[in-house]
Amino acid sequence: MTNEMTNLVVEVLPRFEGYVYPNEGIPHPLWGFLIVIYPYITGLVAGAFIMASLVRVFKVKALEPVYRLSMLTALSFLLCATLPLLFHLGHPERCYEIMMTPHLTSPMAIFGFVYAWYLMAVLLLELWFDYRQDLVEWAKVTRGFKGIVYRAFTLGVTDESYEALALDAKMGWILSIVGIPSAFLLHGYVGFIFGSIKANPWWGNVLMPIIFILSAIVSGIALCTFNYMVLTWIRRHTVDMRCLDTMAMFLFYALVVDAAVEALDWIHRIYAAEEGFSVLKTMIREKLFYTLNLGQATTGTLIPWLLLGSLQLLRKRVPEPIRRRMIFASAFMILIGVLAMRWNVVIGGQLFSKSLRGVMGYKLEFAGVEGWLMGLVLLSLPFIILTVLVKLFLSERLPSSEHTPQDSVAAEV
Amino acid sequence: MKARLNRRSAITRLGGAIAGLFTLSAARAAKAAVQQMFVASGAPKDYDPSKHKWLMCIDVNRCIGCGLCVEACKKENGVPEGPYFRTWIERYIITKPEPGSGKTRGETLVDSPNGGMHGFPPPPVPKDQVEHSFFVPKLCNLCEHSPCVQVCPVGATFDAPDGAVLIDPKYCIGCGFCIQACPYGCRFLSPVTHTAEKCTLCYHRITRGLKPACVEICPTQARIFGDLKNAGPDDPIRKFYENNRVQVLKPHLGTEPRVLYAGLDKEVR
Repeated sequence: MTNEMTNLVVEVLPRFEGYVYPNEGIPHPLWGFLIVIYPYITGLVAGAFIMASLVRVFKVKALEPVYRLSMLTALSFLLCATLPLLFHLGHPERCYEIMMTPHLTSPMAIFGFVYAWYLMAVLLLELWFDYRQDLVEWAKVTRGFKGIVYRAFTLGVTDESYEALALDAKMGWILSIVGIPSAFLLHGYVGFIFGSIKANPWWGNVLMPIIFILSAIVSGIALCTFNYMVLTWIRRHTVDMRCLDTMAMFLFYALVVDAAVEALDWIHRIYAAEEGFSVLKTMIREKLFYTLNLGQATTGTLIPWLLLGSLQLLRKRVPEPIRRRMIFASAFMILIGVLAMRWNVVIGGQLFSKSLRGVMGYKLEFAGVEGWLMGLVLLSLPFIILTVLVKLFLSERLPSSEHTPQDSVAAEV
Repeated sequence: MKARLNRRSAITRLGGAIAGLFTLSAARAAKAAVQQMFVASGAPKDYDPSKHKWLMCIDVNRCIGCGLCVEACKKENGVPEGPYFRTWIERYIITKPEPGSGKTRGETLVDSPNGGMHGFPPPPVPKDQVEHSFFVPKLCNLCEHSPCVQVCPVGATFDAPDGAVLIDPKYCIGCGFCIQACPYGCRFLSPVTHTAEKCTLCYHRITRGLKPACVEICPTQARIFGDLKNAGPDDPIRKFYENNRVQVLKPHLGTEPRVLYAGLDKEVR
């Protein structure tokens, strides 16, 4: 009984220093690890799509080997993007109200529509137009359950005439063009959810959507690089070094722009030194020391920046195996760094009182809805979906129609 | 018969789509109006919110920090035990500056143990070092431009025409966005209902001609409550206005609170 009581007291006692509003003295932040994962996953979707757009819209031929993988990556992550949001709601059974009776001044309400638009009108449609010819071909030669899946996905459109294929290519191109601003909108909106909260000096920032978009592009390219290398390793293929070097180049430039804008944000905060500055200093020096200085700045930005930057200068002098390892390490570290960045934004914004007179603590639990086990499950889920999608739509055993996003038909368009 | 797309049919279809969009927004407005009728506010059916404009004023110099208002609020509204408060009292202790430091004042110590519900312990500094000490009651600031209403994704939080900011508990999805958006820390996620909760000015009482519980119980009349649309010349709220210069919390955020304070210090946020 005594032990129970002691545990209860330890559990209930809020960990804070200084003065926090009484309602802020809750044991855990209102938005926990799930809300860290939500912008992380959404960012990966947007970034992976931008990566794919480099091939289709910007005609970067070197990246063709990763076009479809990028699109499937975007889809598998997008399918999981709303799960963390849903699980953290007090009343998940009422979630449909966001779509049924949206409150139009709320960033969160509009996100539902932006998400639906991106999933239904951009990603699924573009994938369908891109895959249609292949699906028709595969449906002819595949039997069993897979055959049924391919036949179902053709939606009964089996026309393989020149005009039909030209329309596929044209539609794919148009959707890609529409998709770029949509991807920006999707993740910019997530940034706006935080950036629009003027009550919180850590969040309320006009640069927040821009920072979210740029870090999304960085993380998306890093994820595609990671996935491509893992997939080739699993399949015992040789890595297309031209493709990998190009990805590393885009990753480097995206990282430079992202780091520059984040630095601008910090310079502005330090120079302006507004009301909440002293509490923000405490955050950097104490509360977020490891995740911000080591996670986001060193692991996620500085080291990859040096590795990828040196490759831009000395690419020809670095042997291929070392280059591969350097790029893989950079991509992995960026993925960790961007996760740390989301943590710093979401959790960091809740580690100080809005009275600006005190700070709270947060220790991530193992179990529970907001625990790291749940987070790990939610972060693994898109990879499981991606494995299924790759088996179905990027299988080596499937005959290829030699169809690329920039084939002759597309060129005519 | 094959339908042909020509200019006429295109214009007809476009017109139809635009008409459809307009109908959709009208339907939404109608639905919102119906919801407004059935919203769970706790007011009696004959109460007309458009005939009132509620206002709360607080005289900081009168508050003695007894905590009765916090206790009354918890009991009246069934506020859960623990760190959940619809109203609370903060104690500010501003110490004297060190001699020769060149500062106007020393350190500012703020506390609110259990929301001030059971009063306050003795000051943590000796009395002769205290320059100023005062209590500040806090509650929902009844903002004209409420950030919490603005961000609610489903419209469960809304501005009532009488100035109260209310939450429909049957509609709230418990996302916590309003809690993040409130600059004053006035909202919490109820561990019982899993919805957002806050001060409603005791809406079930004021709509029946009673005062909010905290105002009713305050022994020093530090909280003054009134109806601006029905205030006579001798109404306490008018007197308060005449006798004091008033201030609001965090005015730089542009929320235009309608909880007005007299005797506020710059340290109060």
